Amino acid sequence: MEIKELEKFAKEIRYYTLKELNYMGYGHYGGSLSIVEVLAAIYGKHLNASPETKDDPNRDYFVLSKGHGGPALYATLSLKGYFPEEWLYTLNQNGTNLPSHPDRNKTPGVDMTTGSLGQGISAATGIALGNKIAERNNFTFTIVGDGELNEGQCWEAIQMAAHNQLENLIVFVDDNKKQLDGYTIDISNPFDFAEKFTAFGFNTVRVDGHSVKAISEAITSAKVFKGKPSVIILDTIKGKGIKHIEEMMDNHHLRPDDETNKAIQATIQQIGEELGVLV
Amino acid sequence: MKEFKVTLDEAEMRTTYANFLVDFAKKDEKVVALEADLSSAIATNKIKKAMGNRLINVGIMEAEEVGCAAGLAVAGFKPFIHTFGPFASRRVYDQVFLSLNYAQLSAVILGSDAGVTAEANGGTHMPFEDLALMRAIPKATVYEVSDTTMLRAILEQSYEDTGFSYIRTIRKQPVKLYSEGELFESGIKVLREGKDVSILASGIMVSDAMLAANELAAEGIEATVMDVYRLKPINKEAVLQAAETGAIITAENHNIVGGLGSAIAEVLAEEKPTLQYRIGVREQFGQVGKADYLKEQYGLTVENIVSQAKQLIKKKEKMKTLTSI
Ligand SMILES: Cc1ncc(C[n+]2csc(CCOP(=O)(O)OP(=O)(O)O)c2C)c(N)n1
Ligand SMILES: [Mg+2]
Repeated sequence: MEIKELEKFAKEIRYYTLKELNYMGYGHYGGSLSIVEVLAAIYGKHLNASPETKDDPNRDYFVLSKGHGGPALYATLSLKGYFPEEWLYTLNQNGTNLPSHPDRNKTPGVDMTTGSLGQGISAATGIALGNKIAERNNFTFTIVGDGELNEGQCWEAIQMAAHNQLENLIVFVDDNKKQLDGYTIDISNPFDFAEKFTAFGFNTVRVDGHSVKAISEAITSAKVFKGKPSVIILDTIKGKGIKHIEEMMDNHHLRPDDETNKAIQATIQQIGEELGVLV
Repeated sequence: MKEFKVTLDEAEMRTTYANFLVDFAKKDEKVVALEADLSSAIATNKIKKAMGNRLINVGIMEAEEVGCAAGLAVAGFKPFIHTFGPFASRRVYDQVFLSLNYAQLSAVILGSDAGVTAEANGGTHMPFEDLALMRAIPKATVYEVSDTTMLRAILEQSYEDTGFSYIRTIRKQPVKLYSEGELFESGIKVLREGKDVSILASGIMVSDAMLAANELAAEGIEATVMDVYRLKPINKEAVLQAAETGAIITAENHNIVGGLGSAIAEVLAEEKPTLQYRIGVREQFGQVGKADYLKEQYGLTVENIVSQAKQLIKKKEKMKTLTSI
């Protein structure tokens, strides 16, 4: 996809993520909305995987380490044809195939079960290492939260990836400045992620996490970088796309009140019109 | 026997916990509370002011939360640690085991969102094995509380306790079971007495056990119901008293391996072999869904208690005739 198409793809992901979450009536709005553009760049252009190559070990792999962003991933996967749109409206319903946190045994297109923070990035290092040992010419992508990076296990994975020169691993940090209880800087100061990753032996770049163009270019560079794993730190906004939610202090998990619902409906309507899905 | 009716507690478990912390932090400067980015989930975000620097939110670092609590205990503090049950147990078992217990430091862990009450958070967040893990720790005291009056009392006991306590709870409003001033000393509350079968339950299953007893009574079957809120050390005398009916049903919102059912079976096997059926999660993981739906999925229902109780009574009668031949 070209940049224009990627931007449209991002709009579609945001549109269906909102519809999906709103159908359920509650969920992880903040952290789903902040990863829309990176998902668009990954799935729209860089991830060599599709429903047809599901069982091909040579395809690319993706792990959503910040598992609570599941709803955005599901919207993306359904747009990529892994399952029908109707599934989105079963999010978290009794007996669903789309649980809050991704489950590799339930949802087509999900490579790893996540939700307990810190464990997904470790699994991603294992996938990348396995592919390296098997001499497969492919990539593993993983998204971690800035809050998730509190977990010591993340830094174990980071050391392991650097030590093993996993140049086939690309880590994305959704640096939306917030975790569950508030701003990361108030809870556990992350200092400078770029400096930290660099010191830990990563090829490091920081980009505007809501620019599919910037993200896409960073991925292109990361793919050809040799000898080190790469990290792309995404400057993002928790709840991106709906001003009212962006400005809310506690926007991690929402049960929208009337006012919020109005704002969400207005955004759905607006994006729907822009996309020509709604007229 | 009076019919049991479900009424919700006025308070939530989480506000009860937060209020307890405020009261005891005021009384004792050694009281500290630790969170791992789930402060707003358990209402301790509302007591920031009152707790001052004795409310420590370490971030999403459960291993550090427990390790740090151990250090605080070395420095003379009494830590109260909260996170979701699976993280408080599965995720940090070795830290809990070694840094707190093997090192013999006094601390309290509150593990929230017991079993199916983790609802939409699903399998990763749904603890069915926390009690099993905690029970395996030498000298640990292990509770599953059923209402806010009980939670307050157990928190106060754990505060006095010089050892380690694990308290399993839901976060929101439980069914009300006890009135103000009720004492919780023996580890088991006998809620109802009957001669035909004994139903031993904990946590959210206690009210279901009472409802099952209602239904059984309507059919002329008299059930004993006990709320086993302390799984370890277990009150053996009360378990043996329950065994007098010759048929024991255990009901828990937990894996049948290692929790309430196991704790009761262990006493019976060594002291008074008795027919028992364990209602609980069997060889399954957690999943998303409403608590009522999940309870049905795992057989944690009033109907299942009633039907298993009847089957067990039949088995008992059959054994009686066999032995009398
Ligand atoms: C091990 C573990 N501890 C706690 C949680 C509960 N939890 C879910 S999301 C979250 C905050 C995550 O913050 P961040 O990684 O910054 O995610 P985002 O801001 O993108 O939503 C927490 C504490 C969890 N899922 N796993
Ligand atoms: Mg964040």
